[in-house]
Amino acid sequence: MNWRLWIPLFAFAAFLGLAAYQLTQPKDEFVESRMVGESLPYFELPPAMAGVNGIGSTDFADGEPRLLNIWASWCLPCIAEAPHLENLKRQGADIVGVAIRDRPEDVARFLAQHGNPYSRIGRDDLSEVQLAIGSSGVPETFVIDGQGVIRYQHIGDVRASDVPVLLAELEKAR
Amino acid sequence: MIAELGLAALWLAAALAALQMAAGFLALRDAADGALAGLIRPAAIVQGVLVTLSFAMLVWLFAVTDLSVKLVASNSHSMKPLVFKLSGTWGNHEGSMLLWVMVMGLAGALIALVERRLPERTMNATLAAQGVVSLGFYAFLLLSSNPFERLPVPATEGMGLNPLLQDIGLAFHPPTLYLGYVGLSVAFSFAVGALLTRQVTPDFARAMRPWVLGAWVLLTIGITAGSYWAYYELGWGGWWFWDPVENASLMPWLAATALLHSASVLASRDALRTWTIMLGVVAFSMSMVGTFLVRSGILTSVHAFAVDPERGTFILALLGIFIGGALLLFALRANTISEGERFALASREGALVFNNVMLSAILAIVLLGTLYPLLTEAFDVRVSVGPPYFNPVGAIFTIPMLVVMAVGPLLRWRQDRIDRIGKEIALFAALVLAALILTSLLADIALLPLLGLALGVGLAVASLMPLRRRKLARTPLATWGMVTAHFGIAVALIGMASESAFTSERLAAVEEGGSTSVGPWTVVLQGVEPVAGPNWTAIQGRVSASYDGGEPVVLTPQSRNFWAPPQQTTESALVTRWNGQLYAVVGDRSPDGRWQLRLWWKPFVTLIWYGGLLIALGGVLALVGRVLSDLRHRRLAARIADRRADREALS
Amino acid sequence: MNALKPKHQRLVLVVLALVALVGAGLLAAYALRNQASYFYLPEQMLQDPPAIGQAVRLGGMVEPGSLQTAADGITLTFAVTGKDEARVPVRFSGIAPDLFVEGSGVVAEGRLGPDGTFLADNLLAKHDENYVPRELQEMEQHEAAKMARETTVGLE
Repeated sequence: MNWRLWIPLFAFAAFLGLAAYQLTQPKDEFVESRMVGESLPYFELPPAMAGVNGIGSTDFADGEPRLLNIWASWCLPCIAEAPHLENLKRQGADIVGVAIRDRPEDVARFLAQHGNPYSRIGRDDLSEVQLAIGSSGVPETFVIDGQGVIRYQHIGDVRASDVPVLLAELEKAR
Repeated sequence: MIAELGLAALWLAAALAALQMAAGFLALRDAADGALAGLIRPAAIVQGVLVTLSFAMLVWLFAVTDLSVKLVASNSHSMKPLVFKLSGTWGNHEGSMLLWVMVMGLAGALIALVERRLPERTMNATLAAQGVVSLGFYAFLLLSSNPFERLPVPATEGMGLNPLLQDIGLAFHPPTLYLGYVGLSVAFSFAVGALLTRQVTPDFARAMRPWVLGAWVLLTIGITAGSYWAYYELGWGGWWFWDPVENASLMPWLAATALLHSASVLASRDALRTWTIMLGVVAFSMSMVGTFLVRSGILTSVHAFAVDPERGTFILALLGIFIGGALLLFALRANTISEGERFALASREGALVFNNVMLSAILAIVLLGTLYPLLTEAFDVRVSVGPPYFNPVGAIFTIPMLVVMAVGPLLRWRQDRIDRIGKEIALFAALVLAALILTSLLADIALLPLLGLALGVGLAVASLMPLRRRKLARTPLATWGMVTAHFGIAVALIGMASESAFTSERLAAVEEGGSTSVGPWTVVLQGVEPVAGPNWTAIQGRVSASYDGGEPVVLTPQSRNFWAPPQQTTESALVTRWNGQLYAVVGDRSPDGRWQLRLWWKPFVTLIWYGGLLIALGGVLALVGRVLSDLRHRRLAARIADRRADREALS
Repeated sequence: MNALKPKHQRLVLVVLALVALVGAGLLAAYALRNQASYFYLPEQMLQDPPAIGQAVRLGGMVEPGSLQTAADGITLTFAVTGKDEARVPVRFSGIAPDLFVEGSGVVAEGRLGPDGTFLADNLLAKHDENYVPRELQEMEQHEAAKMARETTVGLE
């Protein structure tokens, strides 16, 4: 047996091992907001479509905690989270939406198809509010307390298992 | 109905691949069993037909935008122009894998139909190996990425009106690379077949060569086009970033280049047997490794790709089975393959061996550099590897390779004397030295571009020398191909060296009406206006540029914002002259109202891509030459057989 | 040069190839240690700074209020902050990506200057607006992939 002939096989096995190990390592590509614990910056957004209210940062200072949902009609995971937002609303959460770089007709179509859990929807064409509150993607959900302070950030779409977590965070913010 | 038909055809094709594999291996074991062996070729042919049918069904579904099919609903849109609907078929993971297996099936059918040079046993083994590879990809498609999956409820409209993907370059660039990868998989099957039956002969190399050449041409075109795409689309002014996705296409090319040359030694001289087999395995494993790195997303890249770790796991498993199996077979069998013909160090073979080893070393360097971040991440250190590593370390092996490449084709096969081609070597050395001294006196440039320029000039002349003292009309097409490809390398090299040596860059904030200059160009920013497209808004600079005080040309670089999905792109504007390109990008507005302009004057940069095209053209010439001469041999053989039959009939 | 003996020729070829490949491997290993561009967080860069002039990358948040454009209109200065009040000043000449704003994440490619300022050649804004649901913190990767498939079923 010629040992040299086995070198390629061993080199390849080493590569396989490394690649397999790396595949099992989860990649953390989240960008956490530094705004958790801070007050919402001042903003004023026009309504995202006819028939809904726009939002401003002053709307949050009425003593009631709220969920602030960053979404868009073009975003696939937002479709997946729609039923869970609906569920949150049924359980008493007040959800305000910020539609990122969207068009009124698309927003209307999306809400007609997937339901409208929002009490107000602002239109953020420049991702201005999104960036200001430290969100780096769509969808994201923030818990804002009655004084307009950001208490909690949920990155990615809301799943069934996240619903109780968000409700508990809302309760804590009360 | 159409979707179900396509799926059924795909399952049947997979079953035939299994039959092809099983019959092939059984026939290999007991050579006497003619009945089983007789099934192999028809199985391969019918499999090719079925998988083509399956792919045609998918194209049809995309053409009519059948929104009850998940793949169509998530990747197409009824309002898309037809050409993008069709290209949407392979513009996604599932469709591109189906394209991959279709080409593989067609290749298998073609070998089964026309390849008669090899002993039947080797052919059976080759088709069996091809069956294994196809079966793996069928399993991948059918079990984890079924392109024909239906939606429970048909969608009302498709999701895929992404304007960014409606780019004719993007529609045809990835399939070009895929076809190259598939060509290498055929070479792999030939190598495994030859290894199984220990028939590593010149005939094997001749049968494999057209596939390697074809794959190599497609890879060359794919890399060249990809480089130009990155150059004008990214707006960074560079043409190669040593990005993992780029390396993933470069590595199979390097391996295929080495394989091409060693296969031609085996075909002409019956030497380098095991080395050719090894390269056949390595070339295909590089295309699989590349696919794995790109698709699994374990390396981050500037090129956006839909990644999915589960697919990565599947590709890794296939990679393990195919390549691990082949290397194991190699380790067990390579000893029993008898030594090929001998040759002296100073011979054409010697030069080709040297270049092969250098190419393999460059391949190792690119591979290690690409995988290094993967290794360090296992120890929680995040690194990225870029030009400061690849350029100098690659050059250490590229420069000797280029020197030998200049004189190698002048050497005779088997045994030669260096002093016989002393005059040519002296000419090459004199050219290189003269270019070296001249450029270093005239301009102050870095070492690598300087060497690149000098070698490029020398190589351009040296690459034409094999045509000397030949009757040009009677020179074989394959030789023309070699000369063209080598000349193309020289042209591309001059382009690369010139780009890095002589590029001048200007970054300035310019008020509307203001002017700046870059290299010989005077550039005036006439105005900046907002413009809007069907799905984007942009600010567009109107820039008038005049070369050396000549007639001004107007450029309109843009900074675009797309809104569905949101994305910002920089649309660079180019002015191409015979001696280079002016490259302009417009940026943000600074607080005092001036606009950022970034300009590059890149002398002779276009030679890089013209060189790439010349290399590909050389490959095409060689391929056509080889196929034509093969056909001629066949006709001759057929005529001889006819005559013999006639004579026997007469007697 | 004479043709080598058969037994020797294969040995010579194998040894030659091995020497070249091992040489390439060693050279690559040596060069990678020196030339790979390491990723630093601001606090790491302050604690254990890279050699001056070595190509590295710096990632962090752009400190609100720190972004300034110099008089030439093309040079940006800002500070990248990390944990524990760590703060690295950065200078960049060029066209910044659109999504690069104060308070957002950024990765700067460049080198540390002698005065402690990071000189960036390129800025990559860390801003991905469309989460593909593979990125779910607690989930194993393959589960996330399954989820991604499920969430795209029935899309309209």
